[in-house]
Amino acid sequence: MSKRIDVKDLNVYYGNFLAVEDVSINIEAKSVTAFIGPSGCGKSTFLRTLNRMHEVLPGARVEGEVLLDGDNLYGPGVDPVTVRSQIGMVFQRPNPFPTMSIRDNVLAGVKLNNQKISKGEADALVERSLRGANLWNEVKDRLEKPGSGLSGGQQQRLCIARAIAVEPQVILMDEPCSALDPISTLAVEDLINELKDQYTVVIVTHNMQQAARVSDKTAFFNIAGTGKPGKLIEFAETSTIFNNPSQKATEDYVSGRFG
Amino acid sequence: MTSTLTPVRKRSALTKGQLPKYAPYVVLGVALVLGAAILALIGFNAFGWGVVSAILFAAGLVGWSAAVEGSRKAKDKLATCLVVGAFLVALLPLISVIWTVMVNGIPGLLNPGFLGTSMNGVTGVFDNRAAEGTGPVVGGIYHALVGTLQITLLATVISVPVGLLTAIYLVEYGNDRPLARAITFFVDVMTGIPSIVAGLFAAAFFFAVVGPGTKTGAVAAVALSVLMIPVVVRSSEEMLKIVPNELREAAYALGVRKWRTILKVVIPTAISGIASGVTLAIARVIGETAPILVTAGFATSINNNVFGGWMASLPTFIYTQILNPTSPSNPDPSSQRAWGAALVLIILVMLLNLGARLIARVFAPKAGR
Repeated sequence: MSKRIDVKDLNVYYGNFLAVEDVSINIEAKSVTAFIGPSGCGKSTFLRTLNRMHEVLPGARVEGEVLLDGDNLYGPGVDPVTVRSQIGMVFQRPNPFPTMSIRDNVLAGVKLNNQKISKGEADALVERSLRGANLWNEVKDRLEKPGSGLSGGQQQRLCIARAIAVEPQVILMDEPCSALDPISTLAVEDLINELKDQYTVVIVTHNMQQAARVSDKTAFFNIAGTGKPGKLIEFAETSTIFNNPSQKATEDYVSGRFG
Repeated sequence: MTSTLTPVRKRSALTKGQLPKYAPYVVLGVALVLGAAILALIGFNAFGWGVVSAILFAAGLVGWSAAVEGSRKAKDKLATCLVVGAFLVALLPLISVIWTVMVNGIPGLLNPGFLGTSMNGVTGVFDNRAAEGTGPVVGGIYHALVGTLQITLLATVISVPVGLLTAIYLVEYGNDRPLARAITFFVDVMTGIPSIVAGLFAAAFFFAVVGPGTKTGAVAAVALSVLMIPVVVRSSEEMLKIVPNELREAAYALGVRKWRTILKVVIPTAISGIASGVTLAIARVIGETAPILVTAGFATSINNNVFGGWMASLPTFIYTQILNPTSPSNPDPSSQRAWGAALVLIILVMLLNLGARLIARVFAPKAGR
């Protein structure tokens, strides 16, 4: 239940502005890949092109190919909604639906699409997803309470449960821990380690220790200056990136000599 | 040994140079007495007494404060006096209106049959008898109440779908396109349309489409919805705009289609604001008089069919009762009925406002552990 992603010569534009230039990368199935780099280097933008979420912003477009097990996401006639149901996403700020209970939040992907599901199946799906997100024991007695009443870390794990409830092939995470305290961060990192048994995980992070802890491979993005496009500088095994990078810029960044 | 003895003092050094707490009350008392004395010289009246006392109070308090506390505190006191004064000036007409309508309207409202009967068959003869004290004041507002409720309900049924869908287009699909900008502009223009123009538009429209002289409750409802739609659009637009984009993205990322996202995530999140905006829009049009006079005409008997025949409403009822009393020689029973109808109208608007608050509370996203 996981697929690989291959990106070939991808350029991302906002209107006429080239935001990310010429990225080619191969993301293995059932692995954790981390994107690191300074702010504004286009790593979040690039992440969003992997499930066509960048199209939500007016004027955004791409050139190049993103292949999900060989199928081009940007091929003619491909429905972005189909893409997004296979490639889930977790955002920087926890964003549970405020009008829904914890249970309904987990079932959101099913219920919002009006799929019929029996109560027994729904209960099983809720429990499976919440267990998968390490949240079940904390919320099992208050599933009917609003999701907004949880703590920030719990909300973020609820969002992860919501994302895995639709059983995607790939999960994208855009700085999932940047709004969380260290204990919640640890919970989410443990979760990422478990998720890679079943899913392909791509995570954007500003925290290099986090990248070193959770990821199998790491991609370093950089930007030459404001107004210039972001580029993929180096992509290799995480240990190589942090211990023995081939590029000078990567070494400067991971050792804190950046800027 | 080292215990420090707190020096016994009457006032702390930190509170030196302040007016005592009772200062405003003293100044108020002095101002009231002085004001009464000044007014007595030129002829006493309550309004003048209030104004003169207020000026004396402000001058006295600010002057005293300047002498004891310095200019910064004095300016603060002056600003406080101005703010409170402005608040009272704004509040005065409101209280006066409610008071006047209550005093004049309650006798009419307490009349038996006032809410349950129409003006059908009520002639000047009855009013003359009532004025002579040989008979009760008869007649009521039932027909006008029915008309107001039906016309307003129909106007709401027309306006809410049109207004809400327009707002959804503007916020979710408009993307600042020329069409969206044009709609925003015309909605703004529509907000400023005088209500009589809306009435003439609806009347002319139905004359052209249905036939000359078409005056029904439905025509009035169309006129009112011309006034209501821009209000609904504006309030719904604001409410949809404050729904965080993150929620839309969260739904998209789950593979939910855009229209479902709008229907199941965006609107439920904004529904409390939309509902209270709609209620306030209803309150805004329920008291319109001019457009109803030219579109629904005026009736004295009960008409339950909003699509046929002339129809009364509370505002037009008040208007005709005051301008053309049922008995021209004894207008008092008519004006009593008019005040009673005015009180009912104010109560309706108040109930709508309370309803808006209730709706906002019931639909608001719940937080809690």
